[in-house]
Amino acid sequence: MEQNRSILLCGVGGQGTVLASKLIAYAAMKQGLDVRTSETIGMAQRGGCVVSHVRVGREINSPLIPRGSADLLLGFEPAEAVRCLPYLRRGGTAVVSRAPISPVTASLSGSSYDGEEMLAYLSAQVKNLIVLDTEEILAACGSPRVLNIALLAAAAKSDALGITPDQLRAAVCERLPEKFHALNLGAIDYICGR
Amino acid sequence: MPTEFLMGNEAIALGALDAGVNVVTGYPGTPSSEILETVARRREKENPDVYVEWSVNEKAALEVAAGASYAGARTLVTMKQVGLNVASDPLMSLAYVGVKGGMVIVSADDPGPISSQTEQDTRTFAAFAHLPVFDPSSPEEAYRMIGDAFALSEQYGTPVLFRPTTRVCHGCAPVERTHKPLRNTPEGFVRDPARWVIFPRASYLNHIKLAGRERELDAQFSAYPLNTAENTTGGRRAIACGGISYAYVKEALAQLGAENIPLLRIATPYPFPEQLTVDFLRDKDEILVAEELDPVIERALLLCCGRTHLPVNVRGKLDGTMPQAGENSVEQLRAAIAAFLGLALPQEEKRAEPPALPVRPPVLCAGCPHRASFYAVKRAMKELKKKSYFCGDIGCYTLGNAAPLDMVDTCLCMGADVTIAQGLRRVEEDAVCFSFIGDSTFFASGMTGVANAVYNGTDIVLAVLDNSTTAMTGHQPHPGTGRTMMGELTAKLSIERVLEALGVSSLRIVDPLDQTAAVDAVKAAAEERGVRAIIFRSPCIAVTKATSVYTVTDACIGCGKCVRELGCPATVRQGKTVHIDPALCFGCSLCAQYCPTGAIVKEEVR
Repeated sequence: MEQNRSILLCGVGGQGTVLASKLIAYAAMKQGLDVRTSETIGMAQRGGCVVSHVRVGREINSPLIPRGSADLLLGFEPAEAVRCLPYLRRGGTAVVSRAPISPVTASLSGSSYDGEEMLAYLSAQVKNLIVLDTEEILAACGSPRVLNIALLAAAAKSDALGITPDQLRAAVCERLPEKFHALNLGAIDYICGR
Repeated sequence: MPTEFLMGNEAIALGALDAGVNVVTGYPGTPSSEILETVARRREKENPDVYVEWSVNEKAALEVAAGASYAGARTLVTMKQVGLNVASDPLMSLAYVGVKGGMVIVSADDPGPISSQTEQDTRTFAAFAHLPVFDPSSPEEAYRMIGDAFALSEQYGTPVLFRPTTRVCHGCAPVERTHKPLRNTPEGFVRDPARWVIFPRASYLNHIKLAGRERELDAQFSAYPLNTAENTTGGRRAIACGGISYAYVKEALAQLGAENIPLLRIATPYPFPEQLTVDFLRDKDEILVAEELDPVIERALLLCCGRTHLPVNVRGKLDGTMPQAGENSVEQLRAAIAAFLGLALPQEEKRAEPPALPVRPPVLCAGCPHRASFYAVKRAMKELKKKSYFCGDIGCYTLGNAAPLDMVDTCLCMGADVTIAQGLRRVEEDAVCFSFIGDSTFFASGMTGVANAVYNGTDIVLAVLDNSTTAMTGHQPHPGTGRTMMGELTAKLSIERVLEALGVSSLRIVDPLDQTAAVDAVKAAAEERGVRAIIFRSPCIAVTKATSVYTVTDACIGCGKCVRELGCPATVRQGKTVHIDPALCFGCSLCAQYCPTGAIVKEEVR
């Protein structure tokens, strides 16, 4: 990792963005790099929009990524990825989960939200777009809790994360409780191959 | 020296532990809560002699710490900025009396605001109270400055304020623990009424002392290494900043290729380092101030210029150059600095307009017992056809304001639900005035309001939403939980016994998830006079385990009543019927209790 790299993770409170940002930070620190992150903690964690900023490299000032300068956008939910797209720089990569999360407000107003419109917009706007077939992956791994690791694995495989799949495996083993290793390593293997 | 990847709040906690802190007190509040939690988690390994407590509120926290400091202990007190209002009574007086053991009061500000009622500025409060204040710009600085704050506190025998903002508190960075851990052995309390008993004559003398030390501190802070004057010969236009804005300004200048612009960074905004500032301003024509919340640095610069007749234009919030409210960002400062320096702004990438995005406000969790409590009251009052008002308070249950519950008519500050309801009732004589208060808030500042209602003979219905935790700020224990931050079990304070002792006219305890009983209890209380209390008791889903989930059968006629009335995030319209997300459902059964066709059934026991 030569230059500074900015990674924005966005999703809905409860999806595991904070843990994902911690794993990136850990793996980057092991490479001897400076890391700054910034998390959403508080009211928004109750099902609201959450964003984690991760900045890796040398001599980083702001913990927040300025608009138009994220190298990688990890979208845990299609509409949240669209909401945060202004952060992605020209030529940046977006890795986005296909599964939409319908907010209570959508159900109340009777409007249907299925995420497809968001994915269509993303594919028109982002050349380097990777859409994760979330349902298939979660079914194969047998748990909805591997979404965060699956997104990281897809980004690692595409080389946009600055962390290799093996470095990600190591971070999982060194940072997560042992009982979660098999599940998460399984998700990485499923996406990156063994 | 070990380097750890720490959140700003963790860095503050470890900084205090390395500075030999003995006693740590506080009350939870975003963005400050993790400081005290980190002390509790790390004390065993770092220094098992450290005492830590969640106090019942910020006033209690500051007073407990003051007593310990009188006896020579180093103390750390943590709270969010609005908590400082609660602690302001002891704070203002303690500024006069002073301390023996070093005392650092962390009051975390929340520009935005992101999770707060106000955008008040602890730096302004520091000047009001005549207390020195530190303003870190990163977790590393926060770690370092805590040690400096303790040293300063003991040098002057004064409490010292410490003001991180949300982006410092909740930002993480590798922090090297450069301080050699200190240990402080408290000398013990030495009787000295002239010192520890506040009296008008002594306060007059102390006031002279407080004002007098400002000059001394100016000199000391002008030499403080974290108050910096950079690139002083880089031109006649300069920038001043403090806190997290320092990091934003650095990045903005780098992006603009203007790294050589003179930059004044203020890490101790009160007392202001005037000597450093006047030296810096001497050959400048104009200075732009980048700071969040109040124009503290800007006012101080104007004062410096006025006092020394320096012809420098000061640009900031006061002249409308910078925004009055909200938090700063690199983008916004980059634009302001580019305009100030006459530089071209880099073009932002233009993209097509995105499709309409779903609104996603925070909501009560699926299975949250507050939803059931609010709905029981709503339903009961609808059935009674009585005019009613709902006074809410601070906590997760503020989210009861959202559609479709729409059950919070007022929310002001901690404990105000009980008393606002009394005031409404004085004017709205034909209305039933409800006050909703959580268990932690009840102990923090609700009890005096109940005493006021009983004493003054007011008619209100007090609804205590007892979920056995301080949920919004991250599930801290409180006097009703029977656990302390020292990891000990302790006597649980009983809310019902407190209410009985306060003399409420009636008291009912119901499980809100049993809607029939809950609605009946509300109806009965609404028909009575006096201070009627209902305790809605059901634990927060985060401190208990789900035992079942509910699912929708073919009997669903798609009427949408569950979605329309309850607004649970687990129930989603899917085509013509409703679907319950099994990953979210907590098995509270509320929707099943109201489904007109009985289409919602318990499915599995986990």
